[in-house]
Amino acid sequence: MKINPEKCVACGNCTYVCPMGAIYIDQTIHRATINRDECVECYACFNGLSQEHLNPVFVRTVRKIFQTMRLRFDPEPDVCPTAAFEPDELAWPRIVRRAFSDPRVPHESTGVHGRGTEEVKTNDVSGRVKVGEVGFTIEFGRPGVGARFRDIQKMSIALARAGVAFEKKNPVTSLMSDVASGTIREDILDEKVLSAIVEIKVPVERAEEIIRLVWDVEKQIGTVVALGVGVRCDQDGEENVVAPVLEKLGYKLERAKTNIGLGRITNPAAQPVPETVGVK
Amino acid sequence: MTNTLHRFGDAESFRDDYVVFAMCSKGRNDQDSLPKLKRFLELAVPFKPVNLGDAIHGGALRPSKDMNPASHWNRDIAPDFQGVIAGLTGPTTVAAVFDNRVAAEDFIKAVKDADLGLSINISTSIDGAEQCCFAAAIPRHSVGYSLGFEGATEKLPGSKVMMLSTMCGHGMVSHSLAKKLIDWVREGRRTPEQAASYMTRFCSCGVFNPTRAARILEEVARGDSQ
Repeated sequence: MKINPEKCVACGNCTYVCPMGAIYIDQTIHRATINRDECVECYACFNGLSQEHLNPVFVRTVRKIFQTMRLRFDPEPDVCPTAAFEPDELAWPRIVRRAFSDPRVPHESTGVHGRGTEEVKTNDVSGRVKVGEVGFTIEFGRPGVGARFRDIQKMSIALARAGVAFEKKNPVTSLMSDVASGTIREDILDEKVLSAIVEIKVPVERAEEIIRLVWDVEKQIGTVVALGVGVRCDQDGEENVVAPVLEKLGYKLERAKTNIGLGRITNPAAQPVPETVGVK
Repeated sequence: MTNTLHRFGDAESFRDDYVVFAMCSKGRNDQDSLPKLKRFLELAVPFKPVNLGDAIHGGALRPSKDMNPASHWNRDIAPDFQGVIAGLTGPTTVAAVFDNRVAAEDFIKAVKDADLGLSINISTSIDGAEQCCFAAAIPRHSVGYSLGFEGATEKLPGSKVMMLSTMCGHGMVSHSLAKKLIDWVREGRRTPEQAASYMTRFCSCGVFNPTRAARILEEVARGDSQ
Protein backbone atom coordinates (compact mmCIF):
# COMPACT_ATOMS: atom_id res chain seq x y z
CA MET A 1 0.00 0.00 0.00
CA LYS A 2 1.16 3.51 -0.58
CA ILE A 3 -0.11 6.99 0.22
CA ASN A 4 -0.06 9.56 -2.55
CA PRO A 5 1.77 12.57 -1.06
CA GLU A 6 0.11 14.86 -3.59
CA LYS A 7 -3.27 13.95 -2.12
CA CYS A 8 -2.55 13.34 1.58
CA VAL A 9 -3.55 16.22 3.87
CA ALA A 10 -2.13 14.69 7.07
CA CYS A 11 -5.52 14.57 8.79
CA GLY A 12 -4.31 11.56 10.77
CA ASN A 13 -7.48 9.46 10.49
CA CYS A 14 -5.56 6.59 8.92
CA THR A 15 -3.04 6.44 11.77
CA TYR A 16 -5.79 5.08 14.02
CA VAL A 17 -7.32 2.58 11.67
CA CYS A 18 -4.12 0.75 10.73
CA PRO A 19 -4.27 -2.57 12.63
CA MET A 20 -0.49 -2.68 12.81
CA GLY A 21 0.05 0.96 13.81
CA ALA A 22 2.28 1.24 10.76
CA ILE A 23 1.01 4.64 9.58
CA TYR A 24 2.32 7.87 11.08
CA ILE A 25 2.50 11.54 10.17
CA ASP A 26 6.03 12.30 9.05
CA GLN A 27 6.65 15.73 10.59
CA THR A 28 9.36 16.57 8.05
CA ILE A 29 7.08 16.27 5.03
CA HIS A 30 3.71 16.73 6.78
CA ARG A 31 2.21 13.68 5.15
CA ALA A 32 0.99 10.32 6.39
CA THR A 33 3.67 7.72 5.81
CA ILE A 34 3.71 3.94 5.94
CA ASN A 35 6.39 1.95 7.75
CA ARG A 36 6.76 -0.70 5.06
CA ASP A 37 8.43 -3.24 7.30
CA GLU A 38 5.51 -3.16 9.74
CA CYS A 39 2.77 -2.88 7.09
CA VAL A 40 1.22 -6.31 6.50
CA GLU A 41 -0.75 -5.25 3.37
CA CYS A 42 -4.07 -5.97 5.08
CA TYR A 43 -5.77 -3.16 3.11
CA ALA A 44 -7.79 -2.07 6.18
CA CYS A 45 -6.90 1.52 5.27
CA PHE A 46 -7.89 1.21 1.61
CA ASN A 47 -10.95 -0.99 2.11
CA GLY A 48 -12.17 0.28 5.49
CA LEU A 49 -11.89 4.05 5.20
CA SER A 50 -14.68 5.78 3.34
CA GLN A 51 -13.27 8.03 0.66
CA GLU A 52 -14.08 11.59 -0.21
CA HIS A 53 -12.52 13.21 -3.23
CA LEU A 54 -11.92 16.71 -1.93
CA ASN A 55 -9.32 19.07 -3.35
CA PRO A 56 -6.15 18.55 -1.26
CA VAL A 57 -5.06 22.19 -1.50
CA PHE A 58 -8.44 23.34 -0.24
CA VAL A 59 -8.42 20.86 2.66
CA ARG A 60 -4.88 21.78 3.70
CA THR A 61 -5.77 25.48 3.65
CA VAL A 62 -8.87 24.95 5.78
CA ARG A 63 -6.93 22.78 8.20
CA LYS A 64 -4.20 25.41 8.50
CA ILE A 65 -6.70 28.17 9.25
CA PHE A 66 -8.42 26.06 11.90
CA GLN A 67 -5.07 25.04 13.40
CA THR A 68 -3.98 28.68 13.64
CA MET A 69 -7.19 29.51 15.46
CA ARG A 70 -6.73 26.50 17.76
CA LEU A 71 -10.07 25.13 16.65
CA ARG A 72 -10.55 21.39 16.85
CA PHE A 73 -11.95 19.49 13.92
CA ASP A 74 -14.69 16.97 14.56
CA PRO A 75 -14.99 15.15 11.25
CA GLU A 76 -15.95 11.51 10.83
CA PRO A 77 -13.02 9.36 11.99
CA ASP A 78 -13.31 6.70 9.29
CA VAL A 79 -12.84 8.87 6.23
CA CYS A 80 -9.88 9.66 3.98
CA PRO A 81 -10.91 13.12 2.69
CA THR A 82 -8.82 12.95 -0.47
CA ALA A 83 -8.75 9.22 -1.32
CA ALA A 84 -4.98 9.21 -0.91
CA PHE A 85 -4.47 5.45 -0.54
CA GLU A 86 -3.28 3.62 -3.62
CA PRO A 87 -2.65 -0.15 -3.73
CA ASP A 88 0.87 -1.20 -4.65
CA GLU A 89 1.76 -3.80 -7.24
CA LEU A 90 2.89 -6.54 -4.87
CA ALA A 91 5.59 -8.99 -5.91
CA TRP A 92 6.82 -12.18 -4.29
CA PRO A 93 7.52 -12.56 -1.38
CA ARG A 94 5.72 -9.42 -0.18
CA ILE A 95 2.47 -10.62 -1.71
CA VAL A 96 2.38 -13.30 0.99
CA ARG A 97 1.65 -10.51 3.48
CA ARG A 98 -1.58 -9.65 1.76
CA ALA A 99 -2.63 -13.27 1.30
CA PHE A 100 -2.45 -13.79 5.08
CA SER A 101 -3.66 -10.35 6.19
CA ASP A 102 -6.40 -9.15 3.85
CA PRO A 103 -9.43 -11.35 4.62
CA ARG A 104 -11.04 -10.53 1.28
CA VAL A 105 -8.31 -12.35 -0.61
CA PRO A 106 -8.98 -16.09 -0.90
CA HIS A 107 -6.00 -18.37 -0.30
CA GLU A 108 -5.02 -20.09 -3.52
CA SER A 109 -4.18 -23.26 -1.63
CA THR A 110 -7.66 -23.68 -0.15
CA GLY A 111 -9.95 -21.27 -1.98
CA VAL A 112 -11.19 -20.04 1.40
CA HIS A 113 -11.34 -16.34 2.31
CA GLY A 114 -10.12 -14.99 5.63
CA ARG A 115 -7.27 -17.05 7.05
CA GLY A 116 -7.98 -19.81 4.55
CA THR A 117 -9.02 -22.62 6.87
CA GLU A 118 -12.13 -24.77 7.20
CA GLU A 119 -11.23 -26.33 10.58
CA VAL A 120 -14.29 -28.14 12.00
CA LYS A 121 -16.61 -25.58 10.44
CA THR A 122 -17.25 -28.02 7.60
CA ASN A 123 -16.55 -31.18 9.58
CA ASP A 124 -20.06 -32.44 8.84
CA VAL A 125 -19.14 -32.80 5.16
CA SER A 126 -15.35 -33.17 5.32
CA GLY A 127 -15.18 -35.67 8.18
CA ARG A 128 -11.79 -34.18 8.92
CA VAL A 129 -11.87 -34.61 12.70
CA LYS A 130 -13.37 -37.90 13.78
CA VAL A 131 -14.38 -39.22 17.17
CA GLY A 132 -11.19 -39.88 19.11
CA GLU A 133 -9.27 -37.15 17.31
CA VAL A 134 -8.47 -33.52 18.10
CA GLY A 135 -7.90 -30.84 15.48
CA PHE A 136 -5.78 -27.93 16.67
CA THR A 137 -5.70 -24.48 15.10
CA ILE A 138 -2.67 -22.60 16.34
CA GLU A 139 -3.03 -18.98 15.30
CA PHE A 140 -0.09 -16.59 15.46
CA GLY A 141 -0.42 -12.82 15.56
CA ARG A 142 -3.03 -10.20 16.34
CA PRO A 143 -3.63 -6.59 15.37
CA GLY A 144 -0.78 -4.47 16.66
CA VAL A 145 1.41 -7.52 17.06
CA GLY A 146 1.47 -9.54 13.84
CA ALA A 147 3.70 -12.53 13.26
CA ARG A 148 6.69 -13.38 11.10
CA PHE A 149 7.02 -16.77 9.44
CA ARG A 150 10.35 -17.24 11.20
CA ASP A 151 8.43 -17.44 14.50
CA ILE A 152 5.71 -19.62 13.02
CA GLN A 153 8.39 -21.99 11.77
CA LYS A 154 9.69 -22.52 15.32
CA MET A 155 6.31 -23.99 16.15
CA SER A 156 5.92 -26.00 12.95
CA ILE A 157 9.35 -27.59 13.36
CA ALA A 158 8.63 -28.46 16.99
CA LEU A 159 5.31 -30.01 15.98
CA ALA A 160 6.92 -31.98 13.16
CA ARG A 161 9.53 -33.31 15.58
CA ALA A 162 6.65 -34.48 17.76
CA GLY A 163 5.41 -36.45 14.77
CA VAL A 164 2.09 -34.69 14.18
CA ALA A 165 0.24 -34.50 10.87
CA PHE A 166 -0.24 -31.07 9.31
CA GLU A 167 -3.55 -30.30 7.65
CA LYS A 168 -3.03 -30.49 3.91
CA LYS A 169 -5.67 -27.90 3.01
CA ASN A 170 -4.03 -25.11 4.96
CA PRO A 171 -2.21 -22.01 3.67
CA VAL A 172 0.79 -22.36 6.00
CA THR A 173 1.24 -26.03 5.10
CA SER A 174 1.21 -25.05 1.42
CA LEU A 175 4.20 -22.76 2.09
CA MET A 176 6.30 -25.45 3.73
CA SER A 177 9.33 -26.49 1.71
CA ASP A 178 9.47 -29.74 3.68
CA VAL A 179 6.26 -30.81 5.42
CA ALA A 180 7.95 -33.71 7.18
CA SER A 181 10.27 -31.35 9.07
CA GLY A 182 7.85 -28.41 9.30
CA THR A 183 10.30 -26.18 7.41
CA ILE A 184 8.80 -23.09 5.77
CA ARG A 185 10.18 -21.60 2.54
CA GLU A 186 13.34 -19.62 3.27
CA ASP A 187 12.32 -16.64 1.14
CA ILE A 188 9.26 -15.77 3.23
CA LEU A 189 10.63 -16.27 6.74
CA ASP A 190 11.04 -12.53 7.38
CA GLU A 191 7.67 -11.59 5.96
CA LYS A 192 5.21 -10.24 8.52
CA VAL A 193 1.50 -11.03 8.48
CA LEU A 194 -1.46 -10.02 10.62
CA SER A 195 -2.02 -13.62 11.55
CA ALA A 196 -1.58 -17.15 10.24
CA ILE A 197 -2.89 -20.50 11.35
CA VAL A 198 -1.08 -23.83 11.64
CA GLU A 199 -3.48 -26.76 11.66
CA ILE A 200 -2.75 -30.24 12.97
CA LYS A 201 -4.65 -33.30 14.03
CA VAL A 202 -3.73 -35.81 16.73
CA PRO A 203 -5.39 -38.65 18.66
CA VAL A 204 -7.19 -37.46 21.80
CA GLU A 205 -4.56 -39.13 23.97
CA ARG A 206 -1.95 -36.69 22.64
CA ALA A 207 -3.97 -33.50 23.27
CA GLU A 208 -2.29 -32.64 26.57
CA GLU A 209 1.18 -33.33 25.17
CA ILE A 210 0.56 -31.02 22.22
CA ILE A 211 -0.74 -28.20 24.40
CA ARG A 212 2.31 -28.46 26.65
CA LEU A 213 4.53 -28.37 23.56
CA VAL A 214 2.75 -25.21 22.38
CA TRP A 215 3.25 -23.66 25.82
CA ASP A 216 6.98 -24.34 25.60
CA VAL A 217 7.44 -22.94 22.10
CA GLU A 218 5.27 -19.85 22.59
CA LYS A 219 7.72 -18.69 25.26
CA GLN A 220 10.38 -18.49 22.54
CA ILE A 221 8.44 -16.34 20.09
CA GLY A 222 7.48 -12.70 20.32
CA THR A 223 3.87 -12.86 19.32
CA VAL A 224 0.44 -13.78 20.61
CA VAL A 225 -0.88 -17.30 20.11
CA ALA A 226 -4.57 -18.23 20.03
CA LEU A 227 -5.39 -21.90 20.33
CA GLY A 228 -8.50 -23.48 18.91
CA VAL A 229 -9.42 -27.08 19.62
CA GLY A 230 -11.82 -28.86 17.29
CA VAL A 231 -13.55 -32.08 18.30
CA ARG A 232 -16.33 -34.34 17.05
CA CYS A 233 -19.32 -34.73 19.34
CA ASP A 234 -21.00 -38.06 20.01
CA GLN A 235 -24.38 -39.11 18.59
CA ASP A 236 -26.21 -37.19 21.30
CA GLY A 237 -24.26 -34.04 20.58
CA GLU A 238 -22.22 -34.38 23.75
CA GLU A 239 -18.51 -33.79 24.08
CA ASN A 240 -17.15 -35.12 27.35
CA VAL A 241 -13.75 -36.31 26.22
CA VAL A 242 -11.60 -33.31 25.33
CA ALA A 243 -13.24 -30.62 27.47
CA PRO A 244 -12.14 -32.32 30.73
CA VAL A 245 -8.55 -32.47 29.44
CA LEU A 246 -8.61 -28.76 28.65
CA GLU A 247 -10.14 -27.89 32.02
CA LYS A 248 -7.53 -30.01 33.79
CA LEU A 249 -4.88 -27.92 32.06
CA GLY A 250 -6.45 -24.76 33.50
CA TYR A 251 -8.54 -23.53 30.59
CA LYS A 252 -11.93 -22.05 31.34
CA LEU A 253 -14.05 -22.91 28.33
CA GLU A 254 -16.24 -19.92 27.51
CA ARG A 255 -16.66 -19.69 23.76
CA ALA A 256 -16.80 -22.05 20.80
CA LYS A 257 -17.87 -22.45 17.24
CA THR A 258 -20.49 -25.15 17.12
CA ASN A 259 -21.08 -27.03 13.90
CA ILE A 260 -24.70 -28.18 14.04
CA GLY A 261 -24.33 -30.86 11.40
CA LEU A 262 -26.76 -29.73 8.71
CA GLY A 263 -24.22 -29.94 5.87
CA ARG A 264 -24.02 -32.75 3.36
CA ILE A 265 -22.02 -33.59 0.24
CA THR A 266 -23.93 -32.42 -2.81
CA ASN A 267 -21.29 -32.14 -5.55
CA PRO A 268 -21.95 -35.04 -7.96
CA ALA A 269 -18.29 -36.01 -8.26
CA ALA A 270 -17.26 -35.42 -4.65
CA GLN A 271 -15.34 -38.25 -3.02
CA PRO A 272 -13.86 -38.54 0.47
CA VAL A 273 -10.21 -37.46 0.29
CA PRO A 274 -7.21 -37.92 2.62
CA GLU A 275 -7.11 -34.85 4.87
CA THR A 276 -3.69 -34.96 6.42
CA VAL A 277 -0.11 -35.22 5.26
CA GLY A 278 3.25 -35.61 6.97
CA VAL A 279 4.41 -38.05 9.59
CA LYS A 280 2.10 -39.78 12.04
CA MET B 1 -10.99 -18.35 9.03
CA THR B 2 -11.17 -17.81 12.76
CA ASN B 3 -13.26 -14.75 12.18
CA THR B 4 -15.44 -15.25 15.23
CA LEU B 5 -13.81 -17.94 17.37
CA HIS B 6 -11.51 -15.86 19.54
CA ARG B 7 -13.83 -13.05 20.59
CA PHE B 8 -12.60 -11.72 23.90
CA GLY B 9 -14.81 -11.94 26.97
CA ASP B 10 -16.40 -14.35 29.38
CA ALA B 11 -19.51 -16.37 28.58
CA GLU B 12 -21.79 -13.75 30.15
CA SER B 13 -20.39 -11.09 27.81
CA PHE B 14 -21.74 -13.07 24.84
CA ARG B 15 -25.35 -12.84 26.03
CA ASP B 16 -26.08 -10.45 23.17
CA ASP B 17 -23.77 -12.05 20.63
CA TYR B 18 -24.91 -14.94 18.45
CA VAL B 19 -23.15 -15.34 15.11
CA VAL B 20 -24.69 -17.96 12.83
CA PHE B 21 -22.79 -18.62 9.63
CA ALA B 22 -23.05 -20.90 6.64
CA MET B 23 -20.28 -22.14 4.41
CA CYS B 24 -19.64 -24.82 1.86
CA SER B 25 -16.61 -27.03 1.52
CA LYS B 26 -14.58 -26.73 -1.67
CA GLY B 27 -15.09 -29.81 -3.83
CA ARG B 28 -17.81 -31.26 -1.63
CA ASN B 29 -20.85 -29.02 -1.64
CA ASP B 30 -19.78 -25.80 -3.31
CA GLN B 31 -21.41 -26.43 -6.69
CA ASP B 32 -24.61 -24.45 -7.15
CA SER B 33 -24.27 -23.13 -3.62
CA LEU B 34 -24.94 -19.46 -4.40
CA PRO B 35 -28.76 -19.67 -4.23
CA LYS B 36 -28.51 -21.63 -0.98
CA LEU B 37 -26.21 -19.04 0.57
CA LYS B 38 -28.58 -16.29 -0.51
CA ARG B 39 -31.50 -18.24 0.93
CA PHE B 40 -29.65 -18.48 4.25
CA LEU B 41 -29.33 -14.70 4.35
CA GLU B 42 -32.95 -14.17 3.31
CA LEU B 43 -34.12 -16.50 6.06
CA ALA B 44 -32.26 -14.41 8.64
CA VAL B 45 -33.88 -11.05 7.87
CA PRO B 46 -37.29 -11.66 9.54
CA PHE B 47 -35.51 -12.48 12.81
CA LYS B 48 -34.01 -8.99 12.96
CA PRO B 49 -30.26 -9.58 12.79
CA VAL B 50 -27.97 -6.76 13.87
CA ASN B 51 -25.57 -7.52 11.03
CA LEU B 52 -25.49 -9.64 7.92
CA GLY B 53 -22.56 -10.20 5.62
CA ASP B 54 -20.42 -12.23 3.31
CA ALA B 55 -16.67 -12.72 3.42
CA ILE B 56 -16.07 -11.17 0.00
CA HIS B 57 -18.08 -7.96 0.08
CA GLY B 58 -18.56 -7.17 3.75
CA GLY B 59 -21.42 -6.49 6.10
CA ALA B 60 -24.67 -4.57 6.17
CA LEU B 61 -22.88 -1.30 6.90
CA ARG B 62 -20.08 -0.57 4.47
CA PRO B 63 -17.61 2.18 3.74
CA SER B 64 -18.26 4.39 0.74
CA LYS B 65 -15.77 4.86 -2.08
CA ASP B 66 -17.38 8.15 -2.99
CA MET B 67 -18.65 9.76 0.17
CA ASN B 68 -20.59 12.98 0.00
CA PRO B 69 -18.97 15.55 2.34
CA ALA B 70 -22.45 16.46 3.60
CA SER B 71 -22.61 12.95 5.10
CA HIS B 72 -20.52 14.20 8.02
CA TRP B 73 -23.67 15.78 9.41
CA ASN B 74 -26.19 12.99 8.74
CA ARG B 75 -24.31 9.72 8.43
CA ASP B 76 -26.63 6.80 7.76
CA ILE B 77 -25.99 3.98 10.23
CA ALA B 78 -28.95 1.79 9.21
CA PRO B 79 -27.90 -1.67 7.99
CA ASP B 80 -28.64 -2.54 4.36
CA PHE B 81 -29.60 -6.22 4.51
CA GLN B 82 -31.05 -6.39 1.01
CA GLY B 83 -27.84 -4.92 -0.36
CA VAL B 84 -25.86 -7.77 1.22
CA ILE B 85 -28.17 -10.40 -0.25
CA ALA B 86 -28.24 -8.85 -3.70
CA GLY B 87 -24.47 -8.34 -3.71
CA LEU B 88 -23.53 -11.96 -3.01
CA THR B 89 -21.73 -13.18 -6.13
CA GLY B 90 -20.18 -16.53 -5.35
CA PRO B 91 -19.46 -19.27 -2.81
CA THR B 92 -18.07 -17.85 0.42
CA THR B 93 -18.91 -17.70 4.11
CA VAL B 94 -22.12 -15.83 4.90
CA ALA B 95 -23.14 -14.78 8.38
CA ALA B 96 -26.07 -13.43 10.37
CA VAL B 97 -25.48 -11.80 13.75
CA PHE B 98 -28.20 -11.65 16.42
CA ASP B 99 -28.26 -9.82 19.73
CA ASN B 100 -30.53 -12.27 21.56
CA ARG B 101 -30.81 -16.01 21.96
CA VAL B 102 -34.48 -16.30 21.05
CA ALA B 103 -33.88 -14.79 17.61
CA ALA B 104 -30.89 -17.08 17.05
CA GLU B 105 -32.92 -20.12 18.11
CA ASP B 106 -35.79 -19.24 15.81
CA PHE B 107 -33.40 -18.65 12.93
CA ILE B 108 -31.70 -22.01 13.50
CA LYS B 109 -35.09 -23.71 13.37
CA ALA B 110 -35.85 -21.98 10.07
CA VAL B 111 -32.48 -22.98 8.61
CA LYS B 112 -33.02 -26.57 9.70
CA ASP B 113 -36.42 -26.62 7.99
CA ALA B 114 -34.94 -25.11 4.82
CA ASP B 115 -32.54 -28.08 4.54
CA LEU B 116 -29.91 -26.15 2.56
CA GLY B 117 -27.18 -28.79 2.83
CA LEU B 118 -24.62 -26.16 3.87
CA SER B 119 -22.46 -26.40 6.97
CA ILE B 120 -24.05 -24.22 9.64
CA ASN B 121 -22.14 -23.04 12.69
CA ILE B 122 -23.09 -21.03 15.77
CA SER B 123 -20.38 -18.90 17.32
CA THR B 124 -21.19 -17.74 20.83
CA SER B 125 -20.79 -19.01 24.38
CA ILE B 126 -20.72 -22.79 24.62
CA ASP B 127 -23.92 -22.77 26.69
CA GLY B 128 -25.62 -20.37 24.30
CA ALA B 129 -24.96 -22.62 21.33
CA GLU B 130 -26.09 -25.70 23.24
CA GLN B 131 -29.37 -23.97 24.07
CA CYS B 132 -29.90 -23.05 20.41
CA CYS B 133 -29.29 -26.67 19.39
CA PHE B 134 -31.63 -27.92 22.10
CA ALA B 135 -34.39 -25.54 21.00
CA ALA B 136 -34.06 -26.74 17.41
CA ALA B 137 -33.71 -30.40 18.45
CA ILE B 138 -30.34 -30.68 16.71
CA PRO B 139 -27.47 -32.59 18.32
CA ARG B 140 -24.15 -30.78 17.98
CA HIS B 141 -21.91 -32.29 15.31
CA SER B 142 -18.55 -30.74 16.19
CA VAL B 143 -17.21 -28.08 18.49
CA GLY B 144 -14.24 -25.76 18.04
CA TYR B 145 -13.26 -24.45 21.47
CA SER B 146 -11.44 -21.15 21.86
CA LEU B 147 -8.68 -21.40 24.46
CA GLY B 148 -8.06 -17.66 24.33
CA PHE B 149 -4.80 -15.77 23.97
CA GLU B 150 -1.40 -16.94 25.11
CA GLY B 151 2.23 -16.11 24.46
CA ALA B 152 3.25 -12.46 24.34
CA THR B 153 -0.03 -11.22 25.85
CA GLU B 154 1.79 -8.23 27.33
CA LYS B 155 1.55 -6.78 23.82
CA LEU B 156 -2.26 -6.77 23.98
CA PRO B 157 -4.38 -3.83 25.18
CA GLY B 158 -6.98 -3.74 27.99
CA SER B 159 -10.06 -5.93 28.12
CA LYS B 160 -12.62 -3.45 26.74
CA VAL B 161 -10.43 -2.67 23.73
CA MET B 162 -9.96 -6.40 23.19
CA MET B 163 -13.68 -7.05 23.45
CA LEU B 164 -14.31 -4.49 20.74
CA SER B 165 -11.45 -5.23 18.36
CA THR B 166 -11.78 -9.03 18.46
CA MET B 167 -15.31 -8.76 17.09
CA CYS B 168 -13.53 -8.65 13.76
CA GLY B 169 -11.46 -11.80 14.10
CA HIS B 170 -9.42 -10.88 11.05
CA GLY B 171 -8.06 -7.87 12.88
CA MET B 172 -9.57 -5.17 10.68
CA VAL B 173 -10.77 -3.22 13.74
CA SER B 174 -7.55 -1.82 15.14
CA HIS B 175 -6.81 -1.41 18.81
CA SER B 176 -6.11 2.28 18.18
CA LEU B 177 -9.52 2.87 16.61
CA ALA B 178 -11.26 1.05 19.46
CA LYS B 179 -9.34 3.12 22.03
CA LYS B 180 -10.10 6.34 20.17
CA LEU B 181 -13.81 5.61 20.01
CA ILE B 182 -13.94 4.67 23.69
CA ASP B 183 -12.47 8.12 24.38
CA TRP B 184 -14.93 9.81 22.01
CA VAL B 185 -17.89 8.21 23.76
CA ARG B 186 -16.46 9.19 27.13
CA GLU B 187 -16.05 12.77 25.95
CA GLY B 188 -19.58 12.78 24.59
CA ARG B 189 -18.35 13.42 21.04
CA ARG B 190 -20.26 10.42 19.69
CA THR B 191 -23.04 8.17 20.93
CA PRO B 192 -22.19 4.51 21.57
CA GLU B 193 -24.24 3.57 18.51
CA GLN B 194 -22.38 6.01 16.27
CA ALA B 195 -19.02 4.81 17.60
CA ALA B 196 -20.05 1.19 17.04
CA SER B 197 -21.03 1.97 13.45
CA TYR B 198 -17.51 3.19 12.60
CA MET B 199 -16.01 -0.09 13.75
CA THR B 200 -18.71 -2.10 12.00
CA ARG B 201 -17.69 -0.68 8.63
CA PHE B 202 -14.15 -2.01 8.98
CA CYS B 203 -15.24 -5.63 9.48
CA SER B 204 -14.98 -7.17 6.04
CA CYS B 205 -17.12 -10.26 6.76
CA GLY B 206 -20.14 -8.61 8.39
CA VAL B 207 -19.72 -10.46 11.68
CA PHE B 208 -19.05 -7.41 13.86
CA ASN B 209 -21.84 -7.02 16.40
CA PRO B 210 -22.76 -3.32 16.71
CA THR B 211 -25.23 -3.96 19.56
CA ARG B 212 -22.62 -5.65 21.73
CA ALA B 213 -20.12 -2.94 20.79
CA ALA B 214 -22.52 -0.16 21.79
CA ARG B 215 -23.23 -1.94 25.08
CA ILE B 216 -19.50 -2.24 25.82
CA LEU B 217 -18.96 1.42 24.94
CA GLU B 218 -21.81 2.39 27.26
CA GLU B 219 -20.24 0.37 30.06
CA VAL B 220 -16.96 2.17 29.55
CA ALA B 221 -18.69 5.54 29.47
CA ARG B 222 -20.27 4.71 32.82
CA GLY B 223 -16.77 4.21 34.22
CA ASP B 224 -16.19 0.48 34.06
CA SER B 225 -12.48 -0.27 34.03
CA GLN B 226 -10.67 -1.03 30.75
